[in-house]
Formats: sequence, structure tokens, C-alpha cells
Amino acid sequence: MRIIAIIPAYNEASHVGVVVARTRPFADVVLVVDDGSTDGTAEAARAAGARVVRHALNRGLGAALGTGFEAARRLGADVAVTLDADGQHDPSEIPKFTEAVRGGADFVIGSRLIAPEGGMPWYRVAANLLGNLATFVLFGAWVTDSQSGFRALNRRALATMQVRSNRMEVSSELVAEARRNDLCLAEVPIRAIYTEYSLSKGQSFFVGIKTLFKLVFRRLTG
Amino acid sequence: MSILPVQFLIVAFAVFAAARAVAQFRAGRLRLAGLGAWLVLWCALVVIGLLPHTATAVAQFLGVGRGVDVVIYASLGALFYLVFRLFVRLEETDREITRLVRMQALEGLNEKETDL
Repeated sequence: MRIIAIIPAYNEASHVGVVVARTRPFADVVLVVDDGSTDGTAEAARAAGARVVRHALNRGLGAALGTGFEAARRLGADVAVTLDADGQHDPSEIPKFTEAVRGGADFVIGSRLIAPEGGMPWYRVAANLLGNLATFVLFGAWVTDSQSGFRALNRRALATMQVRSNRMEVSSELVAEARRNDLCLAEVPIRAIYTEYSLSKGQSFFVGIKTLFKLVFRRLTG
Repeated sequence: MSILPVQFLIVAFAVFAAARAVAQFRAGRLRLAGLGAWLVLWCALVVIGLLPHTATAVAQFLGVGRGVDVVIYASLGALFYLVFRLFVRLEETDREITRLVRMQALEGLNEKETDL
């Protein structure tokens, strides 16, 4: 099973190298999608052993994931695993995802809320709940952590799921796409590593409102 | 028939806007359907500007009340629709830019390359 880890990164030069190094033992290829960084993220990722594709302009998380999925298709991935570049996810949990794929799942979400360890700040729990509700109301798919960046897609999911969103709304869009394509969706419990740095990379309230607006728009325009 | 200054301004603006729509159509930047929609809108403005009682008649027919209310409601509806269309167009442009950026980013990515 050829596993390709996709790490979308924007101005993560200080952390991406460590994330790549920790991910390499669990993936055949670690692919960093540098989303137009200006701080040497691509060089840091390459130095740590990642393959890098680079956006000439910053296009957002959704666009970076879309590029990562296309690259994974071209590189012959059996499973594409996405994880954040800020060190929030523990790559040693990747085998949980591949096990779920072996068990028949097409799209696997790493949920921080199936077995919460108490590290998630309350406002993030609330924001996640709102995200889950919005995803359910707009797209009819219920998951416990719709905004998780730790996911896995098998070949079928890579072939059928279409990413249209450019920005943060991609997380809910992927859940919607899984439902639209009648894919088998599974969730596995993951542990989120919250540091001052990863929390500082979180989204503001206003970005949340904008994301919600874009999701409504996405639903209206099909 | 005497024309009030405000009526003159309304008609002059509508004629100017219609002329701009025709120019955009001739330059190929506006489709025929779009030209038709804009011309209907500006013609309606001319009619209401010159014959305000037509708006009152429409208002009475719709049960809205005053003619000016019909104009305000219709304008609000048209503005909302235009903003929506503009947003759709912006999203499309955004996606096109992403497609280009992606194409360039993936140039040279080859399946046969040795994995690291």
C-alpha cells in the first residue's frame, strides 16, 4: 500500500522540517504543498526529506489540499494522508488511518473529539461543534470533527472527491463530497498536540463567520 | 409637458447607462441576454422618471402602497441579485487563478521520480 502524506504549509519554516522528519517513517512519500510561503518553508521541507510542490501565490488551505490530492494521484498513491504543518498531529497515528482504509473505509477523518483528552480549549470545542452543525445542516453529513486536518483518502476517494473551495471551508466540503459520492466514511480517534505555536495558527472568529458564509454559498451554488 | 430637474437627471442617467451597456455589448464584453436585461431596466427607469404615476399604478396593482416603495423594493432586489452575481463571478475567477497556480506547481512532477 503506497502511502503519500500531504502537508499543506504556509509560512511554516520553523516547524515543517520537524513534522516532515516525524512523518517520513510512516509514509512512502512526504509531500509538502508550499502555499506561496515567503519564509523558506519549501527549503526547510526539502532539507528534511520532503518532496515539495510550490504555489507561486498563496491560495489557501483548500487550494493547497487540492494540489496535494492531484499530486498524490499522479504519484500513484493508494492512500493519501493529510496532516497539518504546525505539529498539531502525531504522524505515528497514520497506521490507524491505513488500518481503517484496509477495513473498507474510503475517507477517514481523525477525530479529536471521539476520545477527547481535555487538551482542546473550550472555544475550539465550540467552534468545532458549530462546524459540525453547519456541515450537517448544509450537507446532511454528521461527523464528530468536521474541521480536522488529519484525514486519509483511498484511491476511490482521490478519484471522485472534487475540491472546489480555496480556503478553510474545504474541511466541511470534503465531508460533503464523501457523502455526495456515496463513499464509506470512518472516523478514528486522534490526539491533538496543542502548543502555543499551533494555537496561534488557529482561525479567528471572523474567519469562522467567513467560512460559514462560503459554505452556505457553496450549498446554494451546488 | 414640463419636466422637473429631477426627471431630467433620471432620464439623462438612464440614457447614459443604456449607452454604456450597448457599448459593452458591441465590444463583446456583454452578452445579448445581459444587454436585454440592462435595457429593460433603464427603459423602466425612463418610464417611471417621466411618468411617475405608472409606478403608483404598479404599486396599487401589487398592493404595496406608494409608487416610490415599489421602486425601492425592486431596486433592493436588483442590488442583492447583482451582488450575488458578482460574488459568483469572483469565486469563478478565484478558482481559475488556483487552477493556473496548481498547473504551474505540478509541472515536472513525475510518477517515476525516485521517492525520498
